[in-house]
Amino acid sequence: MKAFDYAIASNESGALAALERGYRPKASGIDLLDLLKERTAAPDSLVSIADIATLKGIREEDGGIAIGALATLEETGAHAGIRKHFHALAEAAAEAATPQIRARATVGGNICQRPRCWYFRSADFNCLKKGGPTCYAVEGENSFHAVFGNGPCHITHPSNIAPALVAFGAEIVTVAPEDGGRTIRAADFFMLPEDGGIMKENVLKKDELVTEIRLPAAVAGQKSGYVELREKQSFDWPLVSCVAAFNGTKWTIVLGHVAPTPWRAKGSESLLGKAAAITPEIAEKAAAASDRGAKPMSQNAWRLKLVRAAVRRALLLADGKEID
Amino acid sequence: MKDRENEGTLPGPAVFTAPHSRRLFLKGMGLAAGATAILPTVAVGQNADAETEEIPGLKILGRGEQKVTLKVNGASRTVAIEPRETLLNVLRTKLGLTGSKEVCDRGTCGCCTVLLDGASIVSCLMLAIDAVGHEVTTIEGVADDPKNAALIDAFCEHDAAQCGYCIPGIVVRSSALLDENPAPTAEEIRQGLSGNICRCGTYTKIFDAVGSVSKGGRT
Ligand SMILES: Cc1cc2nc3c(=O)[nH]c(=O)nc-3n(C[C@H](O)[C@H](O)[C@H](O)COP(=O)(O)OP(=O)(O)OC[C@H]3O[C@@H](n4cnc5c(N)ncnc54)[C@H](O)[C@@H]3O)c2cc1C
Ligand code: SF4
Repeated sequence: MKAFDYAIASNESGALAALERGYRPKASGIDLLDLLKERTAAPDSLVSIADIATLKGIREEDGGIAIGALATLEETGAHAGIRKHFHALAEAAAEAATPQIRARATVGGNICQRPRCWYFRSADFNCLKKGGPTCYAVEGENSFHAVFGNGPCHITHPSNIAPALVAFGAEIVTVAPEDGGRTIRAADFFMLPEDGGIMKENVLKKDELVTEIRLPAAVAGQKSGYVELREKQSFDWPLVSCVAAFNGTKWTIVLGHVAPTPWRAKGSESLLGKAAAITPEIAEKAAAASDRGAKPMSQNAWRLKLVRAAVRRALLLADGKEID
Repeated sequence: MKDRENEGTLPGPAVFTAPHSRRLFLKGMGLAAGATAILPTVAVGQNADAETEEIPGLKILGRGEQKVTLKVNGASRTVAIEPRETLLNVLRTKLGLTGSKEVCDRGTCGCCTVLLDGASIVSCLMLAIDAVGHEVTTIEGVADDPKNAALIDAFCEHDAAQCGYCIPGIVVRSSALLDENPAPTAEEIRQGLSGNICRCGTYTKIFDAVGSVSKGGRT
């Protein structure tokens, strides 16, 4: 691992001062240390934001819930208000990674973690995402790459919580030195490669810090279900995940780990219309429509079968039904 | 979390090594009212020509080796570390605590599990410098804690180890699991230990061992 200058910020303005000087933010460092060890990243300087009190904890306020950027996956998964009103988010946080990782992994770091594409993670491949000439996944081993929204880079977004944030209409709040910061809809936070998200996966500027994630006030009749399908039940990222969320009037279906961003299954959504109650037949039909717009690569069309299963089960779970 | 500014265990010196100007600094710091951490301007670091500056709310440590005090297994240990060193590496190579094992070094296997303020974490994906101001407990400390005597006996009685390399991490995690949930069900034990891999595959005996002390029989 290359040596780096280190600084510890005790408040947001201290952190911003460091970012303005080219330091990269580090929360718990779980993803960063992985990248540093592989030499996929070699920043000259890091600023720890882990001690900033204003970024910690989860608050219920104005009917909504504000999750501090430093709140852990464990805290998020166990929070009573999130479990009750944003159940799919709590489940997504509680099922990510391992107990030891969830105890430190922050939500800010989780939505900003870099992709797991093995060409990206290996220092030997200077692919498009690292400013190189080509995407090695196209001609190479692409079983685990994207089937929606892909090209010219074909990563899948690794965050467990991101699809739930999109499904619930969460907002990501930032601070920045120039304009003071902004509030970004989760759906606008993640960037497709074709929209400029090749060298990065979200709209954050280099000197911008995520301070919190805001969930809107829950509405009557809100319900949700989360399903993830994994090769291994632990220590690996899901192959496919699905959040099905009903907001009292309509369903939002968001897929995870199948596209460079969380991906709305609009085919399924339009089929469901305003149907509040889910029967096995409706779930099956909605699931069958989940592959609308799919662009599988040479080795990964099998993932669409998992998508179908995840959509069907997430809908049934959201409606309190049994799943097989 | 404790305020490191008042700990006095990290050196406060700040030499700012990135190129920048005082004007930029002032522009960026318009919001800094109320920040308390004014650093001593002792110039140590790599870049002797760099402009030294005090930035409220920021403690600049540079990249070189520095003396820090870590609280490990109840004792304060002063040790010279570089910011890039992992907690696992410092425990094993600088503090002589070799019970925590390095296996995958990427957070998947759980063999380097230690307690940080009582919570089980993987020490390979944590910088040692980030442990300043926190209590670290390794397998050595967990094994010495009388509350874990029955747990450790149970691992022996159930013949839970084959090569044994994963066992320190699993015992540390099991101890934390029993703190979180004194009477876990069989399923909760499996879930709770899902961050630890045993390549000999003695899982059933490991789960039995933890299960045997989970019904109030820990001590
Ligand atoms: C074995 C293993 C299994 C895993 N499995 C899963 C899984 O199943 N699902 C899943 O979702 N994740 C999984 N992860 C990833 C893990 O959840 C993330 O690495 C973790 O959440 C990152 O949080 P952190 O605080 O350590 O971030 P850091 O490593 O500190 O930061 C990660 C990135 O985010 C940036 N960043 C951090 N905080 C902020 C902020 N407030 N503002 C702006 N930028 C910021 C950093 O600059 C960096 O680029 C797994 C990790 C491991 C090691
Ligand atoms: S999918 Fe993206 S990250 Fe992976 S090799 Fe292609 S360009 Fe690189």
